[in-house]
Parts: sequence; structure tokens; C-alpha cells
Amino acid sequence: MTETRAFQKIFTKITKITKATCSLNADGIGNEELAIVNGKLAQVVKIIGNEVTLQIFSGTEGIPTDAEVIFMGKPPALKVGDDLGGRFLNAYGRPIDGGPELMGQEREIGGPSVNPVRRKQPSELIATGIAGIDLNNTLVTGQKIPFFADPDQPYNQIMAMVALRAQADKIILGGMGLTNDDYLYFKSVFENAGALERIVAFINTTENPPVERLLVPDMALSAAEYFAVEKKQKVLVLLTDMTLYSDALSIVSNRMDQIPSKDSMPGSLYSDLAKIYEKAVQFPDGGSITIIAVTTISGGDITHAIPDNTGYITEGQLFLRRDTDIGKVIIDPFRSLSRLKQLVIGKKTREDHSQVMNASVRLYADAANAKTKLENGFDLTDYDERTLAFAKGYSDKLLAIDVNVDTDTMLNTAWKLLSDNFAKEEVGMKEELVKKYWPETKE
Amino acid sequence: MQTKGKVYGIISNLVIVNTEGVVAQNEICMINHEGTPLMAEIIKVSGNQAFVQVFESTRGIKVGTDVEFTGGMLEVTLGPGILSRNYDGLQNDLDKMEGVFLRKGDYTYPLEEDKKWSFKPLAAVDDTVTAGSWLGEVTENWMPHKIMVPFKMEESYKVKWLADEGEYLASDKIAVVTCDKGRDHDITMIQKWPVKIPIKAYVNKPRPFKILETGLRMFDTLNPLAEGGTGFIPGPFGCGKTVLQHAISKQAEADMVVIAACGERANEVVEIFSEFPELEDTRTGRKLIERTTIIANTSNMPVAAREASVYTAMTIAEYYRSMGLKILLLADSTSRWAQALREMSNRMEELPGPDAFPMDLPAIISNFYARAGYVELPNGKTGSITFLGTVSPAGGNLKEPVTESTKKAARCFYALSQQRSDSKRYPAIDPTDSYSKYIDYEEVREYMKQNIAPDWHDKVVEAKNYLLRSKEAQEQINILGDDGVPIDYHIVFWKGELVDFIISQQDALDETDRFCPMKKQKFMLYKVLEITDREFEFENFDEVAFWFKKVINVMRQMNFSDFETDDFEKYHNELIEILKEK
Repeated sequence: MTETRAFQKIFTKITKITKATCSLNADGIGNEELAIVNGKLAQVVKIIGNEVTLQIFSGTEGIPTDAEVIFMGKPPALKVGDDLGGRFLNAYGRPIDGGPELMGQEREIGGPSVNPVRRKQPSELIATGIAGIDLNNTLVTGQKIPFFADPDQPYNQIMAMVALRAQADKIILGGMGLTNDDYLYFKSVFENAGALERIVAFINTTENPPVERLLVPDMALSAAEYFAVEKKQKVLVLLTDMTLYSDALSIVSNRMDQIPSKDSMPGSLYSDLAKIYEKAVQFPDGGSITIIAVTTISGGDITHAIPDNTGYITEGQLFLRRDTDIGKVIIDPFRSLSRLKQLVIGKKTREDHSQVMNASVRLYADAANAKTKLENGFDLTDYDERTLAFAKGYSDKLLAIDVNVDTDTMLNTAWKLLSDNFAKEEVGMKEELVKKYWPETKE
Repeated sequence: MQTKGKVYGIISNLVIVNTEGVVAQNEICMINHEGTPLMAEIIKVSGNQAFVQVFESTRGIKVGTDVEFTGGMLEVTLGPGILSRNYDGLQNDLDKMEGVFLRKGDYTYPLEEDKKWSFKPLAAVDDTVTAGSWLGEVTENWMPHKIMVPFKMEESYKVKWLADEGEYLASDKIAVVTCDKGRDHDITMIQKWPVKIPIKAYVNKPRPFKILETGLRMFDTLNPLAEGGTGFIPGPFGCGKTVLQHAISKQAEADMVVIAACGERANEVVEIFSEFPELEDTRTGRKLIERTTIIANTSNMPVAAREASVYTAMTIAEYYRSMGLKILLLADSTSRWAQALREMSNRMEELPGPDAFPMDLPAIISNFYARAGYVELPNGKTGSITFLGTVSPAGGNLKEPVTESTKKAARCFYALSQQRSDSKRYPAIDPTDSYSKYIDYEEVREYMKQNIAPDWHDKVVEAKNYLLRSKEAQEQINILGDDGVPIDYHIVFWKGELVDFIISQQDALDETDRFCPMKKQKFMLYKVLEITDREFEFENFDEVAFWFKKVINVMRQMNFSDFETDDFEKYHNELIEILKEK
């Protein structure tokens, strides 16, 4: 890894080895310091007296009791500089694209938090062209938001699409447990879009050891902080898949004999995830870090500890669901939410945005009730029929992820759908807005 | 002689220290990390080893590092200058810290060192005083800030000397008092108090009897929170806990609001930082920030300080309560605090209780809630702390340990419902599951009788009954189908919908509707009940829905219009016309 230097401490007597950790007797070692054990990178996770426990990222397979342990005297770091642009790196921040070694300045990863009083309130809209996002769950720079998706949904494709439309200065991809196919997919999408110079990728694929993943978010966010703080750039960080990251956390905590809490996850899961997501920030001088992540869920269950803790940390979530009526993947309006949307809707978008959004979703909920009625074999009222017609149009023309239009067009489409199916009194909106925007001619 | 020690072990933010003398549980120590002292608190002692939780990242700490014990518990500094300030969980002034990023061991003074306060004496020489007695006052952001005998002074004293009216630093001597033994004590405007111990400078803690107005119909009308009362808001993520708490912090009728952002999102605190200096308090016309103190320990800040943050906030609230003020304390979220306890308990390898939480969690929560309350001070004045906490139940399941423990401690329960949130019925508080125990207090009923209307209590109960019956009717309709039930069921269902849409629901984003004054709440409730109390004849169920939707639509416009304006009257007249149809 790094050349041995004279003052580094070398030990050769290991006293304990587990699947992920090894322990040895050593003095003068700092907490969270890096070490190299027979060429494998490791980090100090526990010190009791002179017994130091190291977590070996790539696993302890083949580590002998006389392994050579070199302590580096510093925590994990990344070399940051402009030469990061366009690079594909591994979880340790080393090139995997055949390019030259990084030359930049070494920076500790997982560094301190931003002082909350030095943050600025996010206020810049990120347009994606997808109505399920822009209309119902508008994104803002400095926000952190995950996609909640079942493993069979095209979340990586959607994320790549959002990233390319978002007009960020830099896109930083943190891939954790990516299949090799998805890794190559991201690479080719970014290449084809001619966006490669704006990309930095930290990749841990399914071929790499799982515990290595734990370094990926911190690496990606250290790179992001460099561009956002020092270059004042708008940085978009993509993290996929945070469920696989959390699984790696539970492996480590299990090997450290910690008492598991809900769903076998470590009790510190909330704090561990918050440390990553809270790196999303709007700096006062223009730089920002926006995090879009993927949390895969099982059968739509968001009560599992991973999506549950994530939801309490992130500023909303985008919930992908296949709509069987139209046969497309939609952004579910009930389960999805962008907490920062009220900072921009009606301010950076048209005045009717908030009410149109709420009325449409309310009527879409009525349609869901009507559907239940239908399934239970009851007759539908005229109103029920109309909500169903509305819901179908709403799914197809607005919620489907293949929609790509601007916000005004989305609003006009929504008004059209409302007026096609309902009377003015039924939409329950502010009268002055109805007067102004209700399309007078019916088809 | 202060006890010293050396670091022996490090497991995440738990550090084991070998001590060389006497130490106390909860004593604060400083770990000297490369020249920077890092604060830590003793949470367990075993032999000559102290287990301390470090309020900072422990990265880089080495075995053998020097540790100094301070001899005191975690304390806050109390004095004028706390209002409008943004603190971290340990009461460090965040604005005084340099740089964009928080630095380890950067501890800043919570008050203003150079500010002169204009002091006015309230006591006189030879007065007998005890802890909490008012010696004088200064004006802090237009609020009278009492300078009190420090709470730590437990005896009875005679005032020997009192400073004249004039300008003083907070650290200047403003009084000398003499104890029975004849010893003199100097008093300044500043005192310290350990956060884990309640300030008890009051003579009596009667049951709450007044309603604390919030401008939210779901609270004031349906489930009122009493001044000096306690309540909690549990709810899955995305149901509007934070929006609700922010609305209350802006609108509640309180002299001072203390907000403890405990392990939550930084951007939510930023929202307060940026909005409160701009927004006006509707009652006083002053900026909201003038009455607000924020304790921000966001989720990415050190976990141990998260636990401290709620205690810091409560102690500051108790200090101001002793001045005879009405304090509202909000904590978002108490679950994060419980999780911090769980993380430490786990690292100390304690036997876990349910969901790996420590066994004494229910006791810790109820002790904390018990610190709120309406109090009578020794001088006959009154003060109060109303406490409203949020709970973030794992998986939205209200049967988890934090929610259950809190339910036993708090008197009001505002259950946020995923289902209501999904259908955008905001605030997503379930009107039938939620309750306020205060509404059945004799004292509160008497207060409502005097201050709102003689039959108010009955009217509220009636409205709730309509909601309940509507829910039952809806279930029947869902089972039997629209045609399978008599039309009356539809009428019952829609009467409840009317109460729900007009009273329960409220648009937090609408400039007018977000704050509903009590007299408008009263008018709207009577108006709604005037309709629901009527008997109706309809041809078919479609007609029921159509007519009620018309009524709801026009009454929503009334909610969107300022009370007693032309606009409001216009919609009111429209309503009267619609009512004539039936």
C-alpha cells in the first residue's frame, strides 16, 4: 500500500483472530488509526490496555499469528485534488481504471461535522423532469434523499438519469456491493453522456470483500467536501446501495460481540447512517452537497430497521412502485416525500403548485378507496368511476418515471386531468386559483 | 486536590480511565488529547476504573493519555444573555465557534462577557432571601430577567448590600448576602447548575388549569395542551412531526420557547435559524427569535452530548420558570436521546431490556417529564414549563419501548397516523386515537367555561363523537357497500367528514389557516355542530356526498379567510345559502 517509513511501528505477534478482526499487544496506538496486516489494510476499533483490536477490511483469511503489522499513525485518508475528476477508484481511493495514482493532498475521511449555524437554508431547486419528483416531491440542493426500491426495480437507471439531468458541477458515485454489470452500466451511461470529467466514482463491487464497503461513503463524501468547500461547486453524491452498507455494519458489530437491536442491526445504526447523510449541506458561499441514495427494501416493507432509520434521517424518500394499471414504474405519491419541497414550491415554481399537488394526491387516494371497493365486489358510484379515470391519467401522464417535462407543463397537465374528471367544488382548492387556472373547455 | 487518571481503554466513544483518587458518578473529566482537553462524563465506576462517555470523537486518543477530573457534574451557566442564542448540547455558543466545521474540544462561553446590563434592584437591604429569591432584574430582549439568589445556596440569608440601579457586567457583584452563621456571600448575575438535577425553587406545583393556546384546532379545540402540562407526538417518519412542532414553536402563547433539537436533521435547525429572526410573534409583534433559545445537537454531532442536550434545555427552562415566566419546551426527538442511552448501555455490556434499550428507560423518561409543570414561586408569582416531546417509533410501531414509556409519563397524546398522512389530511394527528387528559380536569373545565363558553366541553365531546361515529359508519359502508347500508349511514359518515375537514384538518402552509385564533375556532366549531345537529333527508347517497362536499368546500374557504373580514363574510353567506337548500 504505502511505503514503510522509519518511525512506523512494526509488530509480529497476533494474539487473537476472528473472521473480521485480529488483536495484538501494542503501545502508543491511537483510536481509529490505520494499520497494514500482511499487506491488508486494517483500522483500530478497540483498545483495552495494551491489547489493540484491528478490523481488517478485506477479511482475515490467511492471516497468520506472526503476521507483520505496521501502524500508520493516522486515520484513513483520501488524496484530494482536481485530478479526481473522471476517475474510478476502489474503496481505499486507489485507481481501478488503469489511470495514474492520485497526486493531491491527503485528507482524513469521516472528518468533523459542519457547525449548524454555518449552514445555509437550501433554496435551489433541482429539476429532474420527472413529475413524480418535480411536482410532488421537489428536490433541493443540499438535500439528502434515498430511493426506497425493491431489488427488481430499475433504481440505478433512474438514479443515473436524475444525476445527469440535475446539472451538478460534480457527480460522485459511491457504489457499495454493486454488481459488475451495474458498475459497467454507470460507466457507460456517464461516458455516453459526455459527462465523464464531472464524475468521480468509488466502487466496491460484489467481487470485493463486504467490509471494505464501510469506507465508500466517507471516501465519496470527503471528495464531495473538497469540491463543495474549496471549489464552491454544486456536488451531487450518489450512494447505492445503503442496505448493503448497513449489512456490512451488522457483520462488524456482530464480530465485535455487540448486542444487536432490531433486525440484527447494531444499536448505533441511526448514528452511523446519520453521520453519512448529514454531510449533505448548503454552504453559504454557493457550494453544496446533495445526496441521493438507494436503500433496497424487501417487498415494500419500510418498517425494517434500515429503511426505518434512514427515513428518520433523510429529508424524505422516493418510493418506487410498479403500477399494474399502466404497466410502468411510478414514484408512489403516498409513500414518497420531499421534506424540503416547501422551500421551493410556490416560491421557485408557480403559485398553484402546492394546492394542485395536494388536491391531486387527495383525489388519487379516493381512487385507491374506490379500487378497494371494486376489489370487494361493490358497485362504484359515479364519483368513484371518475376518480379511477383521474388516477389512471395521473399515473400515466405524471407519476410514471418516463415523463420528462418542465414544472409548468406538469401543473397544466394536472389541471387538465382535474377538470376532465371533476367539478370545481370537488377539488377543494382555493377559489382564486381555481378561477385563474381551471381550463374552461372540456373535451 | 483534583483527581487525575490515565486512559486505559477505548471502545468508540466509551473510554476507560484508571483513576488515582476519588471520583463521583456523573463527574466531568477532561481527556488531554494532544493538548486539547476533551470533555467526558463518568457513567460507571468499577474498582479504580472510571467508564466515561466522551462528548467528542475519540479518534486518535491513545492509552496512557492524561485525564483530569473536575470535581463537578455537567453544569450549565445561567444568567442574562441566554435568549436568542444557539447552543450545542453542552451549552457551547455555536456562533462563537470559528470555521465552517466543528472542531474537537472547541468549548465556547455561553453568555456575553462584555455586555453591560441595566440592573434594577427588586429586593432591599435586610430582606430575608432564599435560593431563587428575586434580588433585581435586567431587561433581556424586552423580557424582565430576574437576578436570583443562586439555587445552590440552600440556607436563609439576609441581604447586606445591593448594587444601585445602573449598568453592570453579568460577572459584576450585584449583591452581598449574609447567612445565619454570619458569613458573607457575593452574588453576581451568573450562577451554575448541574443539568441532571431539577431546580426546585418553588413552593407548590398545582395541577395545570389553563389551556396553552397554539392556534391549532387539533390542539386547542379537540385535545388541548394545558399550560404547565406535558404531551408527546409519536409518529412514523414523514407524517409531519417536525412541521407540527415548528408550527407550535412559532404560534404557542408562551413567554419563551426552548427548542432542543436532539439527534435530528441539521437542516431543520437551519430552518429555525433562518426563519425565526424574520418571523413575528403574532401576539407581541416582536421577532420570534427574541423569545427563543435553541439547543442543537443534530444527528451527526457526538452521541453522548445528545443525551445532555435535553437536560441542558430543561435546566434552562427551569431557570426562566423561576422568574415567573411561561416556558414552552420542545424536544425533537426523545427517541434519539433514548437511542444514545442504548448505545452506551450496549458498550458497557449491560444486560439489555426490550429492543436492547436499558432497563431503566421508563424511569428516566418519567423523571424527565416530571420536571415540567405549573409552579407557585415563594413570592406568590407563578411560572410554568409546558413540555412537548416527539417520539420516533421504530417502524411506526407504537408498541415499542420509548413510546410505551412516554405514554405513561405524558398527559396528552397526539398520535400521528400514516394513513392520514398518506391521504394528505394534515395535521396527520388521528382525531379519535389522540387524547388530552386535561380536558377532563375539573380545573380545566372550569377555565373553559369561564374563558371560552359555558357549554364548550360538551361541544368538544360532541364533535369527537361525530368523528367516532363517522369512522364506524365508514367501516360499515366499506364492508357492506354503498348500497348495502341505509342512507343514514352515509349521512353519519359525512357529518364526521365535515368535522374532520373543517376542525381537525388545518393547512400549515396557508398564511391564514395556519394560525386559527380561539374566537375563530369557537365560531367554526359552533357552525359545524349547527350543521351536524340537523336532521337531513336525501334521495340517495350520491346526493349526500355531493351536498356535504359543497358545504366542506365553502367552509374551507372560510378557514382560508381571516376571521370577521369581508371575504370571510362572503363565504359565510354562501354557506347560509347552501344550508337553506336542506
